[in-house]
Amino acid sequence: MLDILDILLSATFWTAAVRIMSPLLFATMGELICERAGVLNLGIEGIMVVGAFAGWMAVYSGLGLWPGVAVAMLAGMGFGLLHATLTVPFGLSQHVVGLGITLLATAATYFTYRIALPQVSSPPRIEPFTEWPVPLLSEIPVAGPAFFAQTPLTYLAFATVALTAWVLYRTPLGLALRAAGENPAAVEAQGLSVTVLRMGAVIIGSGLMAVGGAFLTMSAFNSFFFEMVNGRGWICIALVVFGAWRPGKAALGALLFAAFDALQIRLQQTGLGQVVPYQVFLMLPYALSILALVAMSRRAEVPAALMVPFNKGAR
Amino acid sequence: MRLEPIAAPSLARRVGLPLAALAATVVIGMAVVLVAGAEPFAVLGLIVKGAVGSKFALLETLNRATPLIFTGLAVAVAFRAKLWNIGAEAQLYLGAVVTVLLGTGTLAWPAPLLLPALGLAAALAGALTLLGPAWAKARLGVDEVVTTLLLNFIVLLFVSMLLEGPMKDPMGMGWPKSERLIAEARLPRIVEGLRLHWGFGLALIAAVIVWLIQTRTTFGYAMRAVGQNARTARFVGIPVGAVTLGTALLSGSLAGLAGFSEVAGLKGNLTLDLSPGFGYTGIVVAMLALLHPLGVVVAALFVAGIFVGADSMSRAAGVPSYIADILLATALLLMVLALPMTRFRVRWR
Repeated sequence: MLDILDILLSATFWTAAVRIMSPLLFATMGELICERAGVLNLGIEGIMVVGAFAGWMAVYSGLGLWPGVAVAMLAGMGFGLLHATLTVPFGLSQHVVGLGITLLATAATYFTYRIALPQVSSPPRIEPFTEWPVPLLSEIPVAGPAFFAQTPLTYLAFATVALTAWVLYRTPLGLALRAAGENPAAVEAQGLSVTVLRMGAVIIGSGLMAVGGAFLTMSAFNSFFFEMVNGRGWICIALVVFGAWRPGKAALGALLFAAFDALQIRLQQTGLGQVVPYQVFLMLPYALSILALVAMSRRAEVPAALMVPFNKGAR
Repeated sequence: MRLEPIAAPSLARRVGLPLAALAATVVIGMAVVLVAGAEPFAVLGLIVKGAVGSKFALLETLNRATPLIFTGLAVAVAFRAKLWNIGAEAQLYLGAVVTVLLGTGTLAWPAPLLLPALGLAAALAGALTLLGPAWAKARLGVDEVVTTLLLNFIVLLFVSMLLEGPMKDPMGMGWPKSERLIAEARLPRIVEGLRLHWGFGLALIAAVIVWLIQTRTTFGYAMRAVGQNARTARFVGIPVGAVTLGTALLSGSLAGLAGFSEVAGLKGNLTLDLSPGFGYTGIVVAMLALLHPLGVVVAALFVAGIFVGADSMSRAAGVPSYIADILLATALLLMVLALPMTRFRVRWR
């Protein structure tokens, strides 16, 4: 028990938790924007793989880090455009299209990797983002290093949450987007296009998912590996439900999940790790996600038109 | 743009569009090969040759299709009733675990008794795996896409734990693998000396049985009604929750049988790479088959052929075998686009 307390009070633990949380924040906000506009984007896992690869590849071939982030975002938006075209104007099954996009994006990425680097046995490294400690704030005990001595992509992740919340709740665009997911007919009555709103949401949201993937190669690790996204996309879908489709709550959920993930790594090294198989610790985050989904189901405020295609003129 | 229903779609439209989708897939695949710096027609030839070009290749394709028929049926049955079972992978593995637990000497029965018992146990294990998410969907409204997906990760870790712990073969030189099944627990080969085993026959029988259930029974009718419109189904007195649970039992059983067939028919023991994603590929199979149980057999053969052919092509031509996944994803997306277009026409305004 004392072990756990020691871990929870250490700065390195919280620093790790925030680092684990950062890619989840980007991708969760991306998914949340899609779902708020009425589109479930199951392409998230594959789009994160694309982002991780595209950002890393761009830096490896000589672009700077920030242009690399932009490349990752554009690559994600490309797959977002494909998803949006099939699901919004054509109204195809969002489940099937999303899984298809994940399969296509993952396979295309691995294929391109093999073609681009046929001879390498271990993937080449890049110079990733380095920490930018914020003066004064980073000197606060525990929370300082955790929240204010991270790489700039983490700060960008925080900003993305704030911006998503502000746009959704404080701007006419946000109102229109939320309405597209709740009552699309009313949006059309206002003279706005549901198709444009939904497609825009999916494209922007997919761009954010890709940046979440790029965080992995450009900030957390410094290289690209197969399977590196490892289910993070699916976790983000659970986080959106857990956060009841609200940016702030979803971000808190991401922190909780990341803290849990960081805790399980450390628990493996304590006395408990001698007794309990390590797989049990690895299962905990997934089990926690399922439990959270079940617990939240009672008071879920699902966007009413989520997964309902809108065909203009049809009643 | 706007979609307009066509009152009476022509035969050319209904047959031509899906065929056009497949043709477009081939064209896109050849373009990808060109980007990879190889000769597209030669690669296409190598894929076809690797899939059906020899007796060995053909039997390999049939073997690879076997688990895909089971998982494809599992997905198709569930999707028909709007139960989105993304967890066939987990159900397959737990079916395999039960097969190994009972088949390595625990039950020392003669083969005619042991094999059905193992199959039944594996089916039950798969069914129970899906029952939880289906119950949570029916009673609490928890989205089963996410729960079944997350369960895949949990189950794979659980199997890894078993294989490094209680189920580890002491004679396995330290590898995480289970003991081998006893001889009575092995599915016999269809032709002696060749790798094709009776799991394939079982898969064909399963497809016919599922087709009969869907077309000839009240339960099949109820499943379709729930899939088409749960609210209307409830209104006419169909117990929607019970039908969802029944669908889950059928779907999970089929995926569990995939695990039984792979262990008892092909591999003989359980390792962590028993399935290279058969559960997920089953989704592609089911969609290409338009969720029709007999179509699943054709689609599984097609998909298995692409995988086996791409593996063999990859060795010969040096083009990464991930091209198989690219082809399948493209075929999936173009097919789901082509099908509604047989009934709708696009109007630009």
